[in-house]
Amino acid sequence: MNLMFSSGPSLPNRLVLSLLLSVALILFDHKLDGFGTTRVYLNSLVSPLQYLANLPGQMLNASASRFVSHERLFNDNAKLTHDAIVMNGQLQRLIFLQQENDRLRSLLNSPVQDNTRKIVAELMAVDNNPYSHQIVINKGAINSVFEGQPVLDDKGIVGQIMQVSSTNSRVLLIADVTHAIPVRVARNNVRLIASGSGSLDELLIQHVAHSSDLKIGDILLSSGLGNIFPEGYPVATIISIVRDESRPFSQVRAKPIAQLDRLKYLLLLWSERSSEDKQAKEEMVPK
Amino acid sequence: MSLRNYSIALSIVIALVLQIMPMPAMADLYRPDWVLLVLSYWALALPNRVNIGVAFFTGLILDILLGTSMGVHSFAMCLCIYVLAANHKRLRNYSVWQQSIIIGIIAALYNLVIFWVQHLITDIYFLLDYLWPVLSSMVIWPWLFWLLRKIRRQLRLN
Repeated sequence: MNLMFSSGPSLPNRLVLSLLLSVALILFDHKLDGFGTTRVYLNSLVSPLQYLANLPGQMLNASASRFVSHERLFNDNAKLTHDAIVMNGQLQRLIFLQQENDRLRSLLNSPVQDNTRKIVAELMAVDNNPYSHQIVINKGAINSVFEGQPVLDDKGIVGQIMQVSSTNSRVLLIADVTHAIPVRVARNNVRLIASGSGSLDELLIQHVAHSSDLKIGDILLSSGLGNIFPEGYPVATIISIVRDESRPFSQVRAKPIAQLDRLKYLLLLWSERSSEDKQAKEEMVPK
Repeated sequence: MSLRNYSIALSIVIALVLQIMPMPAMADLYRPDWVLLVLSYWALALPNRVNIGVAFFTGLILDILLGTSMGVHSFAMCLCIYVLAANHKRLRNYSVWQQSIIIGIIAALYNLVIFWVQHLITDIYFLLDYLWPVLSSMVIWPWLFWLLRKIRRQLRLN
């Protein structure tokens, strides 16, 4: 016959021990943020499981792309060529405008906007922790992704990198309750803070005075004030404003411009400044 | 005989993969708590091999996989597995349908404890949608029970 415990402490003692250990871990991780670099190794350790979980979806995608009809490829090709010509046309104008903008900025003695480096990342898995909105992407520390890096899709800002592992990383979406992003209204430069509401299609704009000039349909751009997100990328559009004078602030809700529920390809941004900061930091470290 | 030695670990790994597998947004809400179900079965059938220690480490892996603070899932998992392991002799004698009600209560405890711990450290609020996994876990339990019992008898695990 098997004894339940051939050795070691009894069941209640084990429970108390592991619960205490769990509480200590929660406090250590959440309050003290004690897992800094260890988290990278831990994430890398479990990433095979994530790749395994992602496999069926990838195989479905692969088989679907094998069976695309000739006609559809032909149409896609024609459409993409057309788009490329149109965009190249706009790009010629953009280079000219950028140079002009830089010249005007230097005339006004304001700093010239930084260039940014971009890479495309692909969504790996959406995780099912219902209490927070995160996604996993297939670029990690080996692609020099860093914590706090801005992530975009083709329409607007999606979120920022929350944890990095060696080959993939975790993105915190702007709709998460723990996330907030400094924005300004495109029409009149009113500065606001948009925080996540916990549902994917809504952001809450906090601390808006009743007198501030906002309208439904105003587009909110990132203001670049938090030094995390670069300036001027679209974040959300205002969908409702409730001006109830009995409350200290008006209640403003906005809808993210990026399609947070149907992400597939994402852009990671490196600004020149952040890479310079990194170099400066590395130089500061005594050798 | 290597399969015999690793079958429990393998079943837990499969449960972890199922837990994080991407699903369409509509079905995602109803995903059963695979890891809790598999650990529950082993805690009822072989409490000498799977009990709080295994639950703790599996919970930690779940924390890393889901990006929650370390210790959140292991806390809830240990609590639930303790209840099952402490009462395993009584629960074994129940019919599968009665067991599935118990599993539902355990899954509700699991989800509520996770919610409560998360609520203490961040300011999330409760939606009744968070309790759908309880129902899907209850529905999936009998099938999982038969499958794992078949595996256990085939491999003569004890």
